[in-house]
Amino acid sequence: MRFHFKTSYDHDIRLFPDWWKFSLYATLVLVMLALPWIFQGVFGGRTAGFYLGEMTNVLIWAVAGLGLMLLTGTTGQVSLGHSAFMALGCFLCVNFLDAGMPFLLAFVLAGIVTGLVGAVIAVPALKLHGVYLSIFTLALAILADDLVVILEHWTGGVNGRMAPDFTLFGASMNRWANPQGWYFLALGTAIAVTLLYRNLLRSPLGRAFAAVRDSEISAQAMGIDVARTKTLAFGLSCAFAGLGGALMGFFAGAFNNETFNFLISIQLLMMIIIGGLGFIHGAFLGAAVIAFLPQALSMATDFMGSASIPGLEVGVFGAILIAFILFEPMGLYGRWLKLRVWLELFPFARRDMFRRQKSYLKTERLR
Amino acid sequence: MSLLALENVTLKFGGVTAVNNLSFSVNEGEVFALVGPNGAGKSTVFNMISRFYRPVRGSITFDGQDLLTKKANEVASLGIARTFQNIELFERATVLQNLLVGRHRHRKTMLIEEMLFIGRARAEERAHRLAVEEVIDFLDLQAYRDKMIAGLPYGVRKVVELARALATKPRMLLLDEPASGLSVEETQDMRWWIEDIRRQMGITVLMVEHDMGLVGKVCDRVLALADGAKLAEGTPAEVQSHPAVIEAYLGTSAISKTANAKGERV
Repeated sequence: MRFHFKTSYDHDIRLFPDWWKFSLYATLVLVMLALPWIFQGVFGGRTAGFYLGEMTNVLIWAVAGLGLMLLTGTTGQVSLGHSAFMALGCFLCVNFLDAGMPFLLAFVLAGIVTGLVGAVIAVPALKLHGVYLSIFTLALAILADDLVVILEHWTGGVNGRMAPDFTLFGASMNRWANPQGWYFLALGTAIAVTLLYRNLLRSPLGRAFAAVRDSEISAQAMGIDVARTKTLAFGLSCAFAGLGGALMGFFAGAFNNETFNFLISIQLLMMIIIGGLGFIHGAFLGAAVIAFLPQALSMATDFMGSASIPGLEVGVFGAILIAFILFEPMGLYGRWLKLRVWLELFPFARRDMFRRQKSYLKTERLR
Repeated sequence: MSLLALENVTLKFGGVTAVNNLSFSVNEGEVFALVGPNGAGKSTVFNMISRFYRPVRGSITFDGQDLLTKKANEVASLGIARTFQNIELFERATVLQNLLVGRHRHRKTMLIEEMLFIGRARAEERAHRLAVEEVIDFLDLQAYRDKMIAGLPYGVRKVVELARALATKPRMLLLDEPASGLSVEETQDMRWWIEDIRRQMGITVLMVEHDMGLVGKVCDRVLALADGAKLAEGTPAEVQSHPAVIEAYLGTSAISKTANAKGERV
């Protein structure tokens, strides 16, 4: 067990509590940076490209997942409509590219505009609570599907659009010709979004998000404008989702209304619950599950010698989700935290340590 | 000079008149208590001052400003902080984070500074922390700094809630039953703290409290309420021996038996 001897307030403000944590994450980033060459050495050639593509997929899901995590995990507002904002981000990005912008500008601008649109939509949406908010956002997701078809001029309608070839820092970004480039683009985005998220959490706005999640009434009494805070959370969340959507569509090569149907929203929500609601790590762990599970299942069915079973994937996803909600509501990251405490205290950890505490009565809700 | 003044305030829920034509004022630097049986409208008065409820008639002014034109989240920035009857802390956060939320009204940083953690962000965080540490020292919460609220015992939560209210650096503190559910020792601590809050920090305190022992020791003036209307106002001793108050609590026939029972739990 490590003890932190804190000698200045900066110990609690800086991103990493001690050199050990810092070196851990620094190693992780270095390994991630070296991954293309590691894969090249281990698998070689085309297989390395395939695995790198899978990693890229995980990182893209993680970017979108961080968006929903900010809204649902940190601010406590459920959204089933994030596929709509992923679609918006993707189609904005392709249209900005058509207008002749360089990719990086188009990409970032797509995120920002998606965020602004999200914030505008949030104003009426966030007057709703609980299940009504879920239904509203679900309606958004379904509406977006139709809108993509109707706005054929920009979106290509049901035929969709092909991801245009673009260059980034002089390199041609074709998924098949340059998997390394794509991997680094997704990694860079994931790291940037994580840093933004982390910075928010250590400043007043991030704490206001958590305050709104835990008790709106006392957040108000502390001087937090609840409506404004929720709107900001929704906007930021949509901006991240827009970035994730742009990457996802472009990475798929072609995208239409079906690419971003409402099932994507539900998958996104499942992902952050499995990963661990309210933890940045949870978005990444959940993304790994969502991205690798289909591969793992197809390997398993191959191994057992049967052809692919239709509906197996969805069924297994559902079963996993139910298992997590029943047995580990804190998700994979929560499980890891418990395991870590158990290891640190070994052999003195007790079963009851993690039993949920009974909450005390809340003030009668004032609405 | 009165800091907070309520004039002819009336609040109705449907057909029920929760507060009826109530007027009182709290002077700067005093400790003022609202007492009364359950359902008398004490917490309702608090919720009107916090702007969660809007009175149908009357006016509420704080330091000469009309409170009724302010939104609920703007009340804190005027310098009014409060605690809740059934503790409303942010459960999935540490004590330190809870107290830092109390600093929200002093937030100067903009979104972009916070997201990139540039400019004033770091210096502001240090300043917030320094202010919070003063409160932690004052209320002896050092041992709980990094503990999650969800795992804390009731008595500590009560103190954390007081700390969070103090972290806003208020001019006036609304305490909704600060001693309810506390042990004798904890109530004793609460008494010293309330006295220190008034003496050292110069904060005006308005509280709702059932423990007449505590009220008698710390309060300058007491207002007794029943059914939303004023029964009596004055020093704790005056209010406790007021016939209308005894009647409201115990009924008419009890007056003769309890006329001398001062300073005890009613």
